[in-house]
Amino acid sequence: MSSPFKEFFIDFQRCIGCDACAAACSECNTHRGEPMIHVDKTDPGHSPQTTPMVCMHCKEPACALSCPADAIKIDENGIVHSSLKPRCIACRNCELACPFGVPKISENIQQMQKCDMCFDRTNAGKKPMCATVCPTGALFYGTLDEIRALRPQSKPINRWRFGRQTVETRVWVMVPTDVDEMVVDWPELMAGAEGPVDLAMKLKERFQLEGIMDPENHEPLPESLGSETTTSPGEAEFL
Amino acid sequence: MANPSTTQDEYIARYGPHVSDTPVSGWTADMVPDELVKTHCCFCGMQCGIQLAVKDNKVVGFEPWEEFPFNEGRLCPKGVKRYMQTHHPDRLTDPLIRTENGFRKATWDEALSLVVSRIKDIQARKGNNAFAMMSGVSLSNEKSYLVGKFARLALRTANLDYNGRFCMVSAGGGNKKAFGIDRTANSWEDIPKAKVIFLSGTNVSECFPTLTHYIWQARDNGAQLIVVDPRVTPIARTAEYHLAVRPGTDSALNQALLHELVRNDWIDHKFVTENCKGWEELKESVRECTPEWAGAICGVEPALIRRVAEVWGTAPTSFLMHARGIEQHTKGVENVLGLINLVLATGRIGREGCGYGTITGQGNGQGGREHGHKCDQLPGNRDIENPEHRAHICKVWGITDDELPHKGKTAVEIFEAIHEGEIAGLINICCNPLVSHPDTNYVREAVGKMEFFCVIDFFMSETARYADVILPGSLHEEEEGTSTTAEARVVRIRAAVTPPANARTDTEILLEIARRLDAEDKFTYADNRAIFEELRAASKGGTADYAGITWERIEKEMGVFWPCPEIGHPGTRRLFENGRSYHPDGKFHLHPTPYRPSFEVPDAEYPLYYTTGRSVYHYLSGTQTRRIKFLVEKCPGPVCEMHPMLAEKLGFKERQIVTLETRRGSITVPLRVTEGIRPDTVFVPYHWAERLAANQLTVRALDPISKMPEFKVAACRVRAANKEEADRLRAEWKTLIQEAS
Repeated sequence: MSSPFKEFFIDFQRCIGCDACAAACSECNTHRGEPMIHVDKTDPGHSPQTTPMVCMHCKEPACALSCPADAIKIDENGIVHSSLKPRCIACRNCELACPFGVPKISENIQQMQKCDMCFDRTNAGKKPMCATVCPTGALFYGTLDEIRALRPQSKPINRWRFGRQTVETRVWVMVPTDVDEMVVDWPELMAGAEGPVDLAMKLKERFQLEGIMDPENHEPLPESLGSETTTSPGEAEFL
Repeated sequence: MANPSTTQDEYIARYGPHVSDTPVSGWTADMVPDELVKTHCCFCGMQCGIQLAVKDNKVVGFEPWEEFPFNEGRLCPKGVKRYMQTHHPDRLTDPLIRTENGFRKATWDEALSLVVSRIKDIQARKGNNAFAMMSGVSLSNEKSYLVGKFARLALRTANLDYNGRFCMVSAGGGNKKAFGIDRTANSWEDIPKAKVIFLSGTNVSECFPTLTHYIWQARDNGAQLIVVDPRVTPIARTAEYHLAVRPGTDSALNQALLHELVRNDWIDHKFVTENCKGWEELKESVRECTPEWAGAICGVEPALIRRVAEVWGTAPTSFLMHARGIEQHTKGVENVLGLINLVLATGRIGREGCGYGTITGQGNGQGGREHGHKCDQLPGNRDIENPEHRAHICKVWGITDDELPHKGKTAVEIFEAIHEGEIAGLINICCNPLVSHPDTNYVREAVGKMEFFCVIDFFMSETARYADVILPGSLHEEEEGTSTTAEARVVRIRAAVTPPANARTDTEILLEIARRLDAEDKFTYADNRAIFEELRAASKGGTADYAGITWERIEKEMGVFWPCPEIGHPGTRRLFENGRSYHPDGKFHLHPTPYRPSFEVPDAEYPLYYTTGRSVYHYLSGTQTRRIKFLVEKCPGPVCEMHPMLAEKLGFKERQIVTLETRRGSITVPLRVTEGIRPDTVFVPYHWAERLAANQLTVRALDPISKMPEFKVAACRVRAANKEEADRLRAEWKTLIQEAS
């Protein structure tokens, strides 16, 4: 039997920042009002450009590699899942390791939850909710042949270079036809880590070296990887 | 005495807006709905297909409707979260009658008796036209038709108008003058086939998000995008050519573009001479309108105007769209005609990939305006002063000509007549003029002067707070019917559930008032379908001809495009394919549109342009969307956009609280500093009421033809808010995101 899963594409240039994806994602009964997709303002004050960020489902996921509790599983379709509830210790290694800033600890349940490409829907042959509702086609679910035929002005790639390491992702991004990989600045912040995979291993080692399984007992890790983007806070915080 | 008898805070505490974001069923992973009802979103003229999940007569969620051809499942955040409105804790479920300290619940009989006795009393003393009706085009075609007939035959008043007066009337006026028909000329299917897309005064990505996909499909096929807008909207950001014109200067730009078309001979001579009327006069009118002349008026580089003229002039195919950005002006009709001239001069209409259209803003802005709650129109887009048109409707309605009122006052004129005491009573349905009317302080004074004010609504809108009687009506998802999308596709609206508790459908309410006004014999409908059947007959032979459209056909064919004069007719996706307009002479009429300034332009005292618009998170006056938590968290209140150069000059910082003032009023809001706006212009979205109403500042000046107010241009000044204003804003801001207790 052939896999019901297709390919997921992000076409950043089309995003209008409407948050329909987040609104639809938040309707899911497994995370109940909390979206697993994030819409970032890339250059607030200067440009209205926004970008949707789903889990990229890396082929060597830094989140899973960094997990000291082996709570993050990758299935045979290349979907990287939310942490397994009985194993997750909410240590935040995955939050720190992910170069795309995707995994988040849900504070109320102390568990990492993230985009699983709407596993319930995609496994049944449907599109993920965000890619179904996206009003502009910034999120698209289909085959490589389909997107190449539909959008000849741009092309899909799935290779990202962070520092000295290349990350290959299951999710594709649409880029100008002369671009072959996305090159992202890698901050020197992470104690000599060469890239996300290296960082993930170092984060995991640190747990193992210190013999810590209780996140309360180890020294705080750096807060972020100096992400280029700013998550839209929602204007409720305006005043 | 239509004055609020308690404080605004007290109204909010009792009736909202409160925010809510949990499905009525709660979050239940294993919930299986009884039914997925295929219907449409209620928030904007796209009328996207959507399925509402229903269980036990409750709307418990949604599911995309991927088979519906216009949007294929795509939705904006309003559409996604729309189902949260149905069982919202703020729903009005009992008739309310004003008391000394607010409202008390009443029985339907008591409330309706009071309404009818007050109507009869006012009309007996002051004449039938002293009682008016205001309506809205979020109503279905059936309800719109019913309102038109109800006002004329039950209230027996000429003074019926609607909130489309703030939305579609300039477009309608321009289209009728040029084409003899008021409809977008093509279905949206032609957009992806066009090689140049021209968007003038339309923030497509925030106001019609799902239409953005069509524009991107065109661009995937190599189309270039031209956007005219004072702001860098999300769609303008991506345009090849963005002309950030000064508010109110569009007609100068349009003339200069035509000047360049003429100068470079990018004209379809055969089309303008054989198919059009008025070419020589039009050509002569732009002789002096050089890009340098327009550039100085518009604040745009002449070279950019030249380049855009070339792109437009040499395009093999094209699609031009406009919306309220050019229409909400004292020269709205002229701006529409100026753009139509660009389309007609190049002859790119009525063919595949060659299109033109206004983008209807309100849910049923298209169908609503066709079928009779516009003061000058009868069903089928007929003219209420045309004897033949009147005769047709009199026949359908079984009345004589003297029983059919003539043209009444337009929306703004109705409120002016209330001020002057000429109109003493009003029924208001589907309309929140305390938010959407220009110069809201003037409207508040007007409603305070009325003898009797009745509001039919599903929530306590800010306008309803001033009512004497409120009748709890129905939502889009609570009545069967149809609506007509911005591309003139008639679609089916389904009753997913019945109105909650003691609320009634709008149709039941109107029919019962008609019965009590002794007009029962004119309103003998068994159900909403019977209203549609009469609408078909009433529209027959009009330009908006629905005679061949049935509910069954709509469901089977996923919508039918009017005109559709008979059952066997396929419907009309593209107008003008035979090269003829709908004027009796069959010609496309060209009209010179010489530039003239807006009603109020900046001066030494009020040096800035003030302009208004929408946010993607809210619909119209916000009565619905300001109650949905997800949308409110993204956009709780109005914010003033200002360019950093202007902010620096005035000494303001990001998020500072500022006060904007015009000659009408002031508003205190937080500042958002952004390069996405002209440095001489400030922008505030209009979805809020009372002290947060952007329309406190707008001007009541009207387009002479369409009577559209000038929402898009006023002269203003900005200063730092004083402590009292800032404290008040902070307090009010908290109430915007308050949950129901």
